[in-house]
Amino acid sequence: MNSTVALLLCGPAAFLASAIMAAAASRLAAATRLVYGATLAISAVLLVTAASHLAGNLGEASATLPLGLPWTGARFRLDGLSAFFLVVVNFGGTITSLYGLGYGRHESQPHRVLPFYPAFLAGMNLVVLANDAFSFLLSWEFMSLASWALVMAHHRDEANRRAGYIYLVMASFGTMALLLAFGLLAGPAGTYAFDAMRTAHPDRFAAGAVLVLMLLGAGSKAGLVPLHAWLPLAHPAAPSHVSALMSGIMTKVAIYGFIRVVFDLLGEPAWWSGVAVLLIGGVTAVLGILHALMEKDLKRLLAYSTIENIGVIFASLGLALAFKANAMPSAAALAFTAALFHVLNHSFFKSLLFFGAGAVLSATGERDMEKLGGLIHRLPVTSFVFLIGCVSISALPPFNGFASEWLVFQAILRSPELPQWGLKVIVPAVGGMLALSAALAAACFVKTFGITFLGRARSAAVERAHEVDRWSLAAMAVLAAFCLLAGILPGFVIDSLSTVTLPLVGERMPVQMAQPWLSIVPIAESRSSYNGLLVLVFITVSASLAAFFIHRFASHALRRGIAWGCGFPDAVPAAQYTAVSFAQPIRRVFGGFAFRSRETVDMPAPGALEPARLKVEMHDVAWEVFYQPITGAIDFATERLNHLQFLTIRRYLTLVFLYLVILLLVLALWP
Amino acid sequence: MNGLTFDIAHLLAGSLVLISFMMLYQDRLFALINVFALHAVVLALSVAWQAYIQDAHHLYITAAIALVFKAIVIPVGLHRIIQRLGIHRDIETAVGIGPTMLAGIGLVTLSMVLMLRVTPEADPLAREDLAFALSIILLGLLVMVTRRNAVSQVVGFMSLENGLVLAATGAKGMPLVVEISVAFSILIAFIVIGVFLFRIRERFDSVDIGALDDYRGERR
Amino acid sequence: MISQLAVQGAQMLVVLLLAPLLIGFVRKVKARLVRRQGPSVIQPYRDLVRLMRKEVVLADNASWLFRVTPYLIFAATWVAAALVPTFATGLEFSWTADLIVIVALLGSARFFQALAGMDVGTSFGGIGASREVMIASLAEPAMLLIVFSLALVAGATQLSTVAAFMGSPEVGLRVSLGMSLIALVMVAIAENARIPVDNPATHLELTMVHEAMILEYSGRHLAMIELATFLKLLLYMSLIACVFLPWGLYGASAGPKALAVGAAAYLCKLAVLAIVLAVFETAVAKMRVFRVPDFLGAALMLALLGTLLLFVSRSL
Repeated sequence: MNSTVALLLCGPAAFLASAIMAAAASRLAAATRLVYGATLAISAVLLVTAASHLAGNLGEASATLPLGLPWTGARFRLDGLSAFFLVVVNFGGTITSLYGLGYGRHESQPHRVLPFYPAFLAGMNLVVLANDAFSFLLSWEFMSLASWALVMAHHRDEANRRAGYIYLVMASFGTMALLLAFGLLAGPAGTYAFDAMRTAHPDRFAAGAVLVLMLLGAGSKAGLVPLHAWLPLAHPAAPSHVSALMSGIMTKVAIYGFIRVVFDLLGEPAWWSGVAVLLIGGVTAVLGILHALMEKDLKRLLAYSTIENIGVIFASLGLALAFKANAMPSAAALAFTAALFHVLNHSFFKSLLFFGAGAVLSATGERDMEKLGGLIHRLPVTSFVFLIGCVSISALPPFNGFASEWLVFQAILRSPELPQWGLKVIVPAVGGMLALSAALAAACFVKTFGITFLGRARSAAVERAHEVDRWSLAAMAVLAAFCLLAGILPGFVIDSLSTVTLPLVGERMPVQMAQPWLSIVPIAESRSSYNGLLVLVFITVSASLAAFFIHRFASHALRRGIAWGCGFPDAVPAAQYTAVSFAQPIRRVFGGFAFRSRETVDMPAPGALEPARLKVEMHDVAWEVFYQPITGAIDFATERLNHLQFLTIRRYLTLVFLYLVILLLVLALWP
Repeated sequence: MNGLTFDIAHLLAGSLVLISFMMLYQDRLFALINVFALHAVVLALSVAWQAYIQDAHHLYITAAIALVFKAIVIPVGLHRIIQRLGIHRDIETAVGIGPTMLAGIGLVTLSMVLMLRVTPEADPLAREDLAFALSIILLGLLVMVTRRNAVSQVVGFMSLENGLVLAATGAKGMPLVVEISVAFSILIAFIVIGVFLFRIRERFDSVDIGALDDYRGERR
Repeated sequence: MISQLAVQGAQMLVVLLLAPLLIGFVRKVKARLVRRQGPSVIQPYRDLVRLMRKEVVLADNASWLFRVTPYLIFAATWVAAALVPTFATGLEFSWTADLIVIVALLGSARFFQALAGMDVGTSFGGIGASREVMIASLAEPAMLLIVFSLALVAGATQLSTVAAFMGSPEVGLRVSLGMSLIALVMVAIAENARIPVDNPATHLELTMVHEAMILEYSGRHLAMIELATFLKLLLYMSLIACVFLPWGLYGASAGPKALAVGAAAYLCKLAVLAIVLAVFETAVAKMRVFRVPDFLGAALMLALLGTLLLFVSRSL
């Protein structure tokens, strides 16, 4: 057994041990610090191991443990792809544990969080390492159940119980789809090991079915439209650091599952699979961010924005599939690298933003943005790092979100060389959708930061707020620094990803770190290049020049006064622009087809004393078209089956007897 | 034939598609008719250019017909009708502008893909011109479908016919007779529909063709 | 190398010094068109100097973000404007940022401007910011699609390469380029808050967009923001000029005579575009805010159509 794999497998074992320890000792006062300290240490070790494997380009290693099914054992394997995702998972684990050291102390019921938190980390690590369908599904289900327990941590809240129920149903649905997909991949021989699946090539029909099942299974976990409805309910229901893990990291594990099956196990893709993934990705990106814009709950807004980013990643993966199917490996490498880069970036800034939301929550006790405002004066450090997160996720240079979206756009510009008409027509449309979602994301995060942190305080809770503890601040500062670093040194990330792309799409992007001035040049310098470092330097230098000039030559006088209000006396803070009113122009533009929104104004007659009312009606189309019929059908079926519980013993016996007779009949009539 | 002559023909055909899009965007009747007049002017230019590069003098007549009738006579007539009916301030789109434009883009894409696929061996620019003509026809139909008002349906129908003329002149050796007959049939259709307008008006006191649905009991 | 650096430095100074003059010129032409005398063309310089000398009045609850933003906006816009070829291609630092980055830099400036508008917590700031992001949410994708079209024609998103290619004879008259040009003009009008999307001269509550966001600014801060606004207009005009009127651009190694030709050609192009803008603004009326999405939606559709045409006809 390879020593690296052994070390990496010790990690989940250590996580499970600390989970058991936590369950035993969770009522102790020091338990929080112990558990998060342990997970911090374990994740850090795993992170360093996986990162050195990835950076050292050490190839593959595998191991088989005598666990699980008796005749197969549990297989594990480490290659470039799993090493990269191990880095993502364990970086998230490390930083979340750091944050948890401070944030976890505010937890009212630590015994409902502490045992499941290490178990959740163990599950995610095992999914990424698994090398046969059985251990993959087992770890996947373990991950789902551990996160479900964390969602239900505050189960006294009715909304959280509902979220937990929907999450459980969707998770089982996803696992069922994955089970069927692996069943198809295993073929008639029933080879459950990934190595065997890789060599067997399913026919076109089976490959198409596997793709659809993976979009259902992994896509529902990642939050693809229309399977997204559970995500904005479940992710915010968990404690904030777990929300960060679920939104920033667990969705990435789902993407890992998709890549592992579709790019690795399935063999050569068909070109139309690219079309399907591209379209779903584009629609997901636009609808996700539109939902986020309409939202006024801070954590739900972040969850919806996760859906948008998942859409961007899937669109990029779809491009990679299309290029791969048409034997254009260099373009496929570009699109695939862009997708992986965005995976990494999203795990940075989404964790940062959820940590910030957690800091706001612990400082004020509020998640509703309409009750916040003016926090920049109360939480100066948190607001600064949150601003960096907002700038990064809005894809603005020189931060990391822009670097990966820029790569996606460069990949789109390679696509006129594709031969199929369908792709030629779809790709520019999806490019338009991605551009639209990027612009809407900027609008959304202007709203998020502006309403939450700027303006005047909208409630007394904000007036009492104080800056959060040092652990939390340290975790957020580290993430903010990584957002900037990945933005100004994208070449380093791209080069590290070459070991992942090379085996999966057959090519890698050109070496970037050798470029002068550390710029990134995906194809050729005359074609396109970007240098985040120089952009940062230029902006800093020109801003400093301007500031120097102003301070040298212009007036220094400064006076504080009340804000200009057109001669009206100072309005109450509640009369400021709110999250809903900020989004109103965009709701008017896009609401008609995205939400079937309708506004009704109820204007009393002149002289009447009752207030005028503006009512806005919005629908989640996916919820109404997909979920409600399904839940209705399930309710109907369970209602009917419920009668079976109140029969006499004689009837039960009759049922069993009838069933036996039917089985015998089938056997007798079977040819 | 050098590249520039082709380029200009191509550009004129493309501008016709563009002006068809402008028609989709208008929601006032007068503006719609003005844009239609512009459509006809560009069509006349395009036909004249074809006449020049194909050295086919009879096409100049077609261009003149397009210029005189479609760019001047019919728009002026429609202006008059609108004023007599007193509907010049109506805003009348059955479907919003955004979805209509999206549908228009879909139609243009469809015609491009279709034309380029079915004529792989023809001259590339001729293929694109044919695709443009087909898109103008489809966009004219779209105008007819998305408008409530009978006048704008007439305009949509005539812009559709412009697309037909464009396709006919693009192909070499189309005899003049056909074009004149097409143009006249349109004129006749215009007159018929004009009369029809007044009949609707008399009967139902509106040119909203939704009134006809009422009459048939199909109104939801 | 040295000459290229000199060109780059000259470019940065030129855009900075020329931007107020351009605005003054547009205002003068507009005034003359309606038979007013109008202020002198150098009035914007005087305004800037006057604003610099005035004291700053800050609202009581304005935060550090409010005070930093003017410098950030100015810096982002200046860097963007310095990377668009004006009188010369082959700028020393043109490889730092391609056209997508330039669009995104302007997006950053807008992001911070909208935030600063919300900082004080007045309704004006909120209304301006929310309308600005609505306009941007349609204008930015339209702009990116225009970039796609240009990139497909020229085979690059690098602006110097695009400009050089557009100047070469192998570019014919193309329908998709015409569509991109119209869309670009529409986007430029919206981005620069010109009539009919926004009125730079208004202070009426119901119609303000850009002015509402910067209502709380005064003194040197306002001077920075105004200068950034001037630079943005110059940037868009230079962009239209270098892509669609690419004649007379000074090449990398041509002599001083070519340099003079390039500079003269650039000034002529700016003057023509400024006159066109002034005539257009005088001729049309401002539209209601909720007609703006239709206007920009049309720009978005045109840009998409242009890109689609290129995608589909590329294989011919």
